[in-house]
Amino acid sequence: MTTTTATTPSRWKRFRNSYLVYSFKRDWIAQFCLAIFLCILLGAVCAPWLAPMDPYDLTQINILNSELPPIWIDGADALFPLGTDAQGRDLLSTILYGARVSLIIGFGAVMLQALIGVTVGLLAGYLGGRIDAFLMRLADIQLSFSTLMVAIIVGALFKAVFGGAVYSDYAVWLLVLIIGLAEWPQYARTVRASVLAERSKEYVDAARVMGYRDRRIMFRHILPNTLSPIFVISTVQIANAIISEAALSFLGLGMPETQPSLGSLIKSGFDYLQSGSWWITLIPGAVLVVLVLVVNLLGDWLRDVMNPRLYKG
Amino acid sequence: MIAFLIKRLMHAFVVMFVISVISFAIQSNLGDPIQQMVGQSVPESQRAELREELGLNDSFLVQYGRFATNALQGDFGYSYFFNEPTTEVIQRHLPATLELVIAATLIIVVFSVPIGVYCAIRPRSALSRFFMSVSIIGISIPVFLTAIMLIQLFAIGVDFSPFPAETGWGQWLNGLLSTEGGMPSYGRGNDLTHLFGTWDSNFFSLDGLTYLVLPAVSLASIMLPLFIRLIRAEMLEVLQSEYVKFATAKGISLKRIYFVHALKNTMLPVITVGGVQLGTMVAYTILTETVFQWPGMGLMFLEAIQRSDIPLIVTYLMIVGLIFVVTNTLVDLIYGLVNPTVKLTGKPA
Repeated sequence: MTTTTATTPSRWKRFRNSYLVYSFKRDWIAQFCLAIFLCILLGAVCAPWLAPMDPYDLTQINILNSELPPIWIDGADALFPLGTDAQGRDLLSTILYGARVSLIIGFGAVMLQALIGVTVGLLAGYLGGRIDAFLMRLADIQLSFSTLMVAIIVGALFKAVFGGAVYSDYAVWLLVLIIGLAEWPQYARTVRASVLAERSKEYVDAARVMGYRDRRIMFRHILPNTLSPIFVISTVQIANAIISEAALSFLGLGMPETQPSLGSLIKSGFDYLQSGSWWITLIPGAVLVVLVLVVNLLGDWLRDVMNPRLYKG
Repeated sequence: MIAFLIKRLMHAFVVMFVISVISFAIQSNLGDPIQQMVGQSVPESQRAELREELGLNDSFLVQYGRFATNALQGDFGYSYFFNEPTTEVIQRHLPATLELVIAATLIIVVFSVPIGVYCAIRPRSALSRFFMSVSIIGISIPVFLTAIMLIQLFAIGVDFSPFPAETGWGQWLNGLLSTEGGMPSYGRGNDLTHLFGTWDSNFFSLDGLTYLVLPAVSLASIMLPLFIRLIRAEMLEVLQSEYVKFATAKGISLKRIYFVHALKNTMLPVITVGGVQLGTMVAYTILTETVFQWPGMGLMFLEAIQRSDIPLIVTYLMIVGLIFVVTNTLVDLIYGLVNPTVKLTGKPA
């Protein structure tokens, strides 16, 4: 895998000449979306260095600065380009930090979903029989309850079990767990469908004849061939996870206001909408929509390019 | 058909059983009913006595048996907060949620079918492209954000004035982009028509309907793009099929082919997805009702969580679970009935 000879081009070169990159170069929407996504990602990762102030640091906050409008409206302060929220925090900084929290939860939850879902899908598809029937029935039941509903219920139960204070302290990890547990069936069904198609192919028979164990065949032989559908649904799932996190936070089952995500920023601003301070809720909202939209569009593009056999219905 | 029916009912029964076990586990492990009943000042010995008397020391199975028997008779216990049977609390809140769901469903059906069919018939027209791009934006906006934007636009109003007001076009653009506001966005209003029992309806007065508009549109906004895309995709597939080509070759009018022959088969998968999406809709009512303070089951559930009202939470879970199971079973059965090609005795579709 690591040796490169003259006859086989290097990995980078193969990647650069692939159909994926070829079609990316010809699709300006995909380029545009990727650029915006990278901008938000960069802003979120570099939030501690980019943000004018630290929203977690209480000493930097002055309540007298609360509810200042964005810079293009009269009465704004040049120190706060996007205005301030009800506690006097700079909105630009809270949004950067909030996007960071949302993205961490989004990626974390998708990784957990993938871990559970891919394992379940591989087992169900490869082993078949009763295990398959049981696991897929479980996935069907959970899916029929809609992932958001499951997430809300699990979140509510966690909050009741741990109590509000502990829940706030570990909110990031709990949200990753909740959304991960709620949405694994999507992965399981997709992976199972492609495993079923792969299982009957000759290379799997060959591996079995050579006496490899099931685990090796599943993870070393079949899994690499099911990667493209996994890749495609991962993008959609990240968008879903970010929306789920925002919804949970909006319901008060997510990130606390002291460590806000985009969802809890929208929630905290909603109380001030009637008093005319629309920016506290609508600017983070716009960032959330743009983030989810570009991820969804990238997912659409990937699906068109890779064209995997996605599980339908 | 009978075998299919029995199999489906067995399945529904098992799911309901699992839900009831989970609900009971929540009820018996969260919160202390003795604490709720007697408060702080009662000595430990009396608590133990009461615990024994109420049967809280019995084994899990015995307690579950009692819980299930009561639940089957419609007795889910008393809500801590409302101090009345939880079923009555739910009955009071159910009509509001149902009306919201009905109104949203009406909006979805009225708009998704014509738009979806149009986008399939003319996939390359500018209008279709417009609908498709709007629908992907619609999918990306969380339902509570749609609700907030609608409140800002139509309840509070937007005074838009960045363009110079002296010039004619500036004034026109400002006027075009500004909105009046004044739509009600809080609760159900006072002008409700009493139907029967606990059911007060928003549907029969103009004032009631104005209260219904914004919440229903918000709730519909998340499903509408999904259904437009689904109907378009299914219709495109149907239009490629042999029988449509044959009908065209026979000279049947295009209108008849689209709306009689093709639409019928398009709607089959839409029914199944629709049933599943109904569940998602219940989840979204929690969000919509929170934003609009709509006094339905979703808002009640969220308040019950904040008050740690365990019996009410458990009852909500059981009843929502029942709604899901019943609709999913019905959808499967209807699908089996309207689509003769589905294998009735084999694995359910």
